[in-house]
Amino acid sequence: MIRIGDAPSVRRLLIGIALTLTALLLLLPLVAIFAQALMSGIDVYWQNLSDTYTLAAIGLTLLVAVITVPVNLIFGVFLAWLVTRFAFPGRRLLQTLIDIPFAVSPVVAGLVYLLLYGRNGWLGGWLDAHDIQIMFAWPGIVLVTVFVTCPFVARELIPLMQAQGSREEEAAVTLGASGWTIFRRVTLPNIRHALLYGVILTNARAVGEFGAVSVVAGAIRGQTNTLPLQVEQLYQDYNTVGAFTSASLLALLALLTLAAKAALEWRAARRETAT
Amino acid sequence: MIAQALTRRRERRVLPGFGLSLGVSLTFVSLVLLLPLTSLVGQLSQLSWSQYWFLITDPRLLASYTVTLLAAAVAALFNAVFGLLMAWVLVRYEFPGKRLVDALMDLPFALPTAVAGITLATLYSSNGWIGRLLEPLGISVSYTWIGIALAMAFTSIPFVVRTVQPVLEDLPAEVDEAAMTLGASDGLAFRRVILPYLWPALVTGTGLAFVRSLGEFGAVIFIAGGKPYETEITSLMIFVKLQEYDYAGASAVASIVLATSLALLLAINLWQGRFIKRLHGGRG
Repeated sequence: MIRIGDAPSVRRLLIGIALTLTALLLLLPLVAIFAQALMSGIDVYWQNLSDTYTLAAIGLTLLVAVITVPVNLIFGVFLAWLVTRFAFPGRRLLQTLIDIPFAVSPVVAGLVYLLLYGRNGWLGGWLDAHDIQIMFAWPGIVLVTVFVTCPFVARELIPLMQAQGSREEEAAVTLGASGWTIFRRVTLPNIRHALLYGVILTNARAVGEFGAVSVVAGAIRGQTNTLPLQVEQLYQDYNTVGAFTSASLLALLALLTLAAKAALEWRAARRETAT
Repeated sequence: MIAQALTRRRERRVLPGFGLSLGVSLTFVSLVLLLPLTSLVGQLSQLSWSQYWFLITDPRLLASYTVTLLAAAVAALFNAVFGLLMAWVLVRYEFPGKRLVDALMDLPFALPTAVAGITLATLYSSNGWIGRLLEPLGISVSYTWIGIALAMAFTSIPFVVRTVQPVLEDLPAEVDEAAMTLGASDGLAFRRVILPYLWPALVTGTGLAFVRSLGEFGAVIFIAGGKPYETEITSLMIFVKLQEYDYAGASAVASIVLATSLALLLAINLWQGRFIKRLHGGRG
């Protein structure tokens, strides 16, 4: 059967344009990151990586991810369970609300947290009086990162759990299983790939967030610089090789994220053809 | 009757955990999402209408609206064409390296925006790999709206590809057959038969790319350079005002950005909902 656009000339032309544009728009920037980072040789690369400020930025970035990912994992699972397993008034509204972080510019996200917790903010006076520093310190960075990444897990789970329905879980209830057992033995095996993918996306965004974090971080070097902020600071200081060294770590993580996504999709497709 | 409705609702909740999951979700949404957003409303309520109007119509700000809207529109239109092409090529054809190209489409979502920002700025600077080739042609990308549009286009590449791709995969084979038996040319058959199928997904993807571009910050600021009245985007203006400790001004601008993106997102959702209803209505 002949399909639209299957003539060899059309096919070759379209594939040619697509590959050229992909190479120019996506592959070239990726190559450029590593080329710039290694421009002065591998020794300088290691030297830049083991710089005290860079190491501190790596540490802070890991801390942010280690707190953000579990918080949003737990929230995402509870929210998905709530909106896919129960009917209640306001369900649609709740689903719309959690999409807000996707719609909001990250700078606006940073601003609203600054207004709330900053010195002149609603809670600022109380926090000041009790000597608790949230803005321009790591707790502020964690808070805005939780805000920015909170839809990812729920967004992966909700369509899947909606499609799967609750028959299996209801059967488990009639067999007398407790809530935790039902979740662990019935729900979790069904959603684990989507859950893992949600976690991967949350982690990628948590590590790479820039706009929101740069508003609340205040950039005290070595203290409140996450890796993306470190990239910016080095770049503004005309230390291009240093900036791209830190950037190459983030690019590596992005590549791992893409590989994990491809692997998960591949396994899902294989399971589909097997059944 | 109310009692009946209540028992019916209660009956439907055979699964455990309603109270707990409702409690966790509402607490989280209130503390993480709603409370910070109310603080913006609180800040704005201290302004009078004339003060607010004065803040949001500052000439430097008006220039930033124009640049942001223009660049985002160009970026979204580029992605409509590029995304459609990529979705088509990835669904319809086989070629070596296809899985790799498919995976690369998600790079802009996985790569931190600041990394994308400094990379594009370096590539397109006058001595960068691409900027060097463009300079003799008299095209400068860095520090112009073209650079802003380029960075916005980069970060929103996945939207159109990933919304059109599944629709194209599910396209019934009869559609192609019908068009081909009628003897239509490729171009005509695509426009008249396939495009109407893809249209809703294409518009949704383009709309999402536009909203994302309006709010983009990290990828844009490095290549834009931030020349007042020329290459300042609106989210950068919020940042500039914050650095001057002008919280009222920053909040006023933020309210414009927030209202615009929420209104656009609502419009996209409504439009999509209407289309889905029509589709289901048509199929019974």
